[in-house]
Amino acid sequence: MQLSGAEILVKSLEAEGVEVIFGYPGGVLLPIYDVLYDSGIRHILTRHEQGAAHAADGYARATGRAGVCLATSGPGATNLVTGIANAYMDSVPLVALTGQVPSSLLGRDSFQEADITGITLPITKHSYLVGDPAELARIVKEAFYIATTGRPGPVLIDLPRDVSGAKADYKEPSEVNLPGYRPVLDGDERQIGETTRAIAQSHRPVIYAGGGVITAGAHEELRQLAELLLAPVATTLMGLGGFPGNHPLSLGMLGMHGTKYANYAVCECDLLIAVGARFDDRVTGDLGCFAPMAKIIHIDIDPAEIGKNVRVDIPVRGDVKRVLTRLIACLEPVIASAWQEKIDNWKKEYPLAYGEGNGLKPQFIIEEIYRLTGGEAIIATDVGQHQMWAAQYYRFEKPRTFISSGGLGAMGYGMPAAIGAQIGCPDALVFDIAGDGSIQMNIQELTTAVNYGLPINVAILNNGFLGMVRQWQELFYNRRYSQTELKNPDFVKLAEAYGAEGIRVTEKAEVAPAIERAIKSDKPVLIDFVVEREENVFPMVPPGGSLNKMLG
Amino acid sequence: MLHTLAVLVENNPGVLARVAGLFSRRGFNIDSLAVGRTDNSAISRMTIVVEGDDLILEQVTKQLHKLIDVIKISDITKDEYVDRELVLIKVNADAATRGEIMQIVDIFRAHIVDIGHKTLTIEATGDEGKINAIEQALRPFGIRELARTGKIAMLRGFKASSVNNNGKEDV
Repeated sequence: MQLSGAEILVKSLEAEGVEVIFGYPGGVLLPIYDVLYDSGIRHILTRHEQGAAHAADGYARATGRAGVCLATSGPGATNLVTGIANAYMDSVPLVALTGQVPSSLLGRDSFQEADITGITLPITKHSYLVGDPAELARIVKEAFYIATTGRPGPVLIDLPRDVSGAKADYKEPSEVNLPGYRPVLDGDERQIGETTRAIAQSHRPVIYAGGGVITAGAHEELRQLAELLLAPVATTLMGLGGFPGNHPLSLGMLGMHGTKYANYAVCECDLLIAVGARFDDRVTGDLGCFAPMAKIIHIDIDPAEIGKNVRVDIPVRGDVKRVLTRLIACLEPVIASAWQEKIDNWKKEYPLAYGEGNGLKPQFIIEEIYRLTGGEAIIATDVGQHQMWAAQYYRFEKPRTFISSGGLGAMGYGMPAAIGAQIGCPDALVFDIAGDGSIQMNIQELTTAVNYGLPINVAILNNGFLGMVRQWQELFYNRRYSQTELKNPDFVKLAEAYGAEGIRVTEKAEVAPAIERAIKSDKPVLIDFVVEREENVFPMVPPGGSLNKMLG
Repeated sequence: MLHTLAVLVENNPGVLARVAGLFSRRGFNIDSLAVGRTDNSAISRMTIVVEGDDLILEQVTKQLHKLIDVIKISDITKDEYVDRELVLIKVNADAATRGEIMQIVDIFRAHIVDIGHKTLTIEATGDEGKINAIEQALRPFGIRELARTGKIAMLRGFKASSVNNNGKEDV
């Protein structure tokens, strides 16, 4: 059967079960958009390609399926770069499709030409520059396979204009055959045996769980493991929701803005079981003082993460879910432990807390959103203080409910990610918790939410500052607030101009009614919470410091 | 310490850029890199000499493995292997020095591959030590141009670092 490259592309996407593409058209994409016009695949038109990439990423995190974004050559493709880097850092399955100038013009600095496979080399799991439409079906199949298996990540397919226009014989691709790509899924028997012995000898274990738990769908196994061992669980930012935040064994988040009890527990444990986590500097602080008394077990699907930042005593390569399942089968339940008492005492002595002030406390707003959504909402965030407060005070119960830019820390992620999550989970209640700085990095996507009737709720914690940078200036630069004070637009009027509903909240008593109104509304609602200007995120481990030396 | 890695890769466009980019962004030092296709035209072989301790080598190997196009990596440093490098050296030579240069070429079992009006071009193969030595020996005459291939290497005896036609590793 003779089909055009564009037809083969769309047919191949359909074969992968793609239901939605987030994209933005352009010159070299005309053949593809012409085919999409008649296709069953839904297309969401964002207002900026970065919005498309983040939305596809948010969709992927909320659903567990690969997100797909599409952008034209040159500036369209370069606008995807932040979104691709974000997906790479947080191991999100993303397939990015870019248009490219015709093959005959490649390398000649043609109009809207950018070497996007070159630019994205260090931030993609793999990439393709398609040379022949006859290869396209195989490439699309491989791209989805690579993006979604092993440690997931973004894969880019660059499509020259002539490739999407030319005809070729379409053959259904055979099984993927990649001799250089064979993820190890089952943990080694001997390593699992060693793990079992180390656990049996331990008196003060701590489980340190990362985003890999959620990716692998291993939250249930993690809970079983924790309950079996009576081992407390500290999660990373990416791991939030991988273990129920209200569980008696939950320590909340660890690291720079983690709870004191999580950080104390890590400092005093004799066994640290790292599960799908990568010992990021925001988690470990000073590596020399990290878990100094502990034997370290590291379970991860990516062997390159094992031993990258810290010395590991027992490496276990494999899929977290499979490894935990086998581990649980080998372990004896622990009845009671003095360690648990010690941790409970820390929890009583050093709870997460904030003072009462005259102004509106941002932490209080998160607590209210938690209360009024019953902990059932999908929470997307931008990056900064509001993100950390959301991580601390919204007690995530379920996986795939916290959608946040962890590794890259990309401001502007929240709203497009909330849009993607809402598209993927139409019945879910979705909040984007944002800062007044970061919301403005992709505010244009409010139009997207309005156009598609997506009832997302945007809660801006508006302190008139780039709050996290200001906090560092206060603590480490003698309160010299260089370029961090923001003169903002009227967010309520802005929301209304976009066709969304805008609410301003300045008093404590207005908080709950505003949130309730947003939840009930079936259109996008933006709430501008005018909060105390110089509130800080505490506890805080100063950068490079030891986890047991926290400020606040 | 210098390690010699034999890396088999799919002969896809951009594979060299992927490998080189990986080394530079992770801060690994390449001492030499030689690449060419194998008996299977779909597979190329890179011989990479990289500097670092065991920890760095572990990371280099693991990160290389993450590249989809990389099929197999063998650190052959600690095994018995033969290695060769080829060098072309264009050296100043007039009637007075030509005889002496030809003696040096004989000593190193090298060859003269071109004669110019005032130059000789010499081809030599050998391990790194021999190549360095012939370079030193010819330096006093004035080296006009020098090109080295970088090292290629292969395990001695029956052991091989290769893949068969099914993409499966040989033992």
